[in-house]
Amino acid sequence: MRPLETVCGCVFFIQRDYSEGTTCKFQTKFPSELETRIERSLFEDTVKTLNNYYAEAEKIGGQSYLEGCLACATAYLIFLCMETRYEKVLKKIAKYIQEQNEKIYAPRGLLITDPIERGMRVIEISIYEDRGSSGSSSSSSSVSGSTTR
Amino acid sequence: MKSCEYQQIDPRALSVSPLSAQSHPQTKAQRPRRKWEVFPGKNRFFCNGRIILSRQSGVLPLTLGLIVITCGLFFAFDCPFLVEHLTVFIPVIGGALFVFVILSLFRTSFTDPGILPRATPDEAADIERQIDSSGSSSYRPPPRTKEILINQQVVKLKYCFTCKMFRPPRTSHCSLCDNCVERFDHHCPWVGNCVGKRNYRFFYSFIISLSFLTSFIFGCVITHLTLRCHAGKSLIQAIQESPLVICFFSVWSILGLSGFHTYLVASNLTTNEDIKGSWSSKRGAEDSGNPYTYNGIIKNCCATLCGPMPPSLIDRRGFVPPDEAAAAACTSEIELPPFTAKNDTNMCTQSTKDVLERMLHSSDFHGVCPAGPPKTSPLGLEASDSLGAARAPSMCSRRADSPCTTCARSRKDSLHSINPAFRLASPSPSLPRVNLALSDTQEKGFIPLP
Repeated sequence: MRPLETVCGCVFFIQRDYSEGTTCKFQTKFPSELETRIERSLFEDTVKTLNNYYAEAEKIGGQSYLEGCLACATAYLIFLCMETRYEKVLKKIAKYIQEQNEKIYAPRGLLITDPIERGMRVIEISIYEDRGSSGSSSSSSSVSGSTTR
Repeated sequence: MKSCEYQQIDPRALSVSPLSAQSHPQTKAQRPRRKWEVFPGKNRFFCNGRIILSRQSGVLPLTLGLIVITCGLFFAFDCPFLVEHLTVFIPVIGGALFVFVILSLFRTSFTDPGILPRATPDEAADIERQIDSSGSSSYRPPPRTKEILINQQVVKLKYCFTCKMFRPPRTSHCSLCDNCVERFDHHCPWVGNCVGKRNYRFFYSFIISLSFLTSFIFGCVITHLTLRCHAGKSLIQAIQESPLVICFFSVWSILGLSGFHTYLVASNLTTNEDIKGSWSSKRGAEDSGNPYTYNGIIKNCCATLCGPMPPSLIDRRGFVPPDEAAAAACTSEIELPPFTAKNDTNMCTQSTKDVLERMLHSSDFHGVCPAGPPKTSPLGLEASDSLGAARAPSMCSRRADSPCTTCARSRKDSLHSINPAFRLASPSPSLPRVNLALSDTQEKGFIPLP
């Protein structure tokens, strides 16, 4: 995602929700500026599905114990050849986000960035309007529009 | 030219753009660089980004040397005697333990401990906006903390001036590595790396297996000497040849450390939290127990040691997008004129005061700046002329050789984070667009501390 392409220039960040500890979970609060662009239910569905994926990745249960014990028994060499469960879920998440972008967000001029590219701190939503190669000139015009002279 | 000088002030404000790319944009059409080559923290990378180490690798060679020498002496002098008199399994067990210790050590040293990548300029600007709009009317910025509720308990999150973000819970900034590390335990000079969320289990395996190894060797050596005594052979020579002395001194400290970390694992604490007494019941009147504990020793152990392995967030081997660096270079030229018009005297005065306050705050915060004169002086920064201020920080070396770099960088970051004039130096093309956002999206309790 290149900042220059966000012609309208609005970038929103959905922050992490730490109410249940350090597990990865994002707030489902709907930014008011997006009300004109996307339905609240669609947005909340996306964030809730992502939260569910992350909960599945970080679930402490039978499979993670098995993975941990096997790794310890092999002096952690097994991580060199095996993909961990977390990595598998991250691939699923990347695919889901791409699908959501194609089906729901891009038609509305929005773009979601995978949280892993932002250090799992935020879900970045950019307002993206395809106006061809007018990136730089539009950004300067939006700057002059915002400054009070 | 002006844009080149501005960009040279703080290339680290841009998460991916290398200095060389900014000063020579025309030579950017070369081989694509990997992200580890432009990583802003104080780390060293090997094998094209696969192996990460702290720049201050501490006494890792000494650790390796001690382990290898001790085991070498054991295998050379004690094992032949014990194989002859006891059993052949002694070197087998010793060998297996030795291999496990070395592998755990390498795994601890060479794994990313859970470094958080620095905030992108957009993110940093968004956080700035949220803090500024939280109602502070005086020019003095409030101390940057944020209170959140975790499992019905109030936890304070601190703002990291270097990484330009509010640190997630249990995250701490390591001043030696200059990175924020998740679930930061401590920076271990013996392994030459931080110990954090991703490599704590390796560290724990290392110290536990090392305890077993040293205890095993110690036991075998005592057995050997005892048997020699009974057989009437030369005791003094045996003591000289065996690793008794090294073992004797190291076994107690390693056993002590293992015991301490076993306690931490069982109570789901980090060394950092334990030392600071974050969740000690003696502090404060209200119930301040550990909000992260699962209230069960077995469950805490399983969660810490057998939990899922989180991924590395810094993407060392990814390629730096070439268009981002070029875009940053282009945008700064375009956006400079509108910004300079914005700089009226009021803003300069306010920003200058902010700069001075922030510098004082940063110095106390980091506390790594020595008595030697840092190259960035407050007087140089008072100038509302951005060019003059731009020159002063750029004199400071980018390499981490001088200890004042961390302090100077924190000052530079402070400048860029709060002063719109200095924001030119770290061109954030989306900055004006972030300001277009109508209102706060999240209401958090920004509680300025007195």
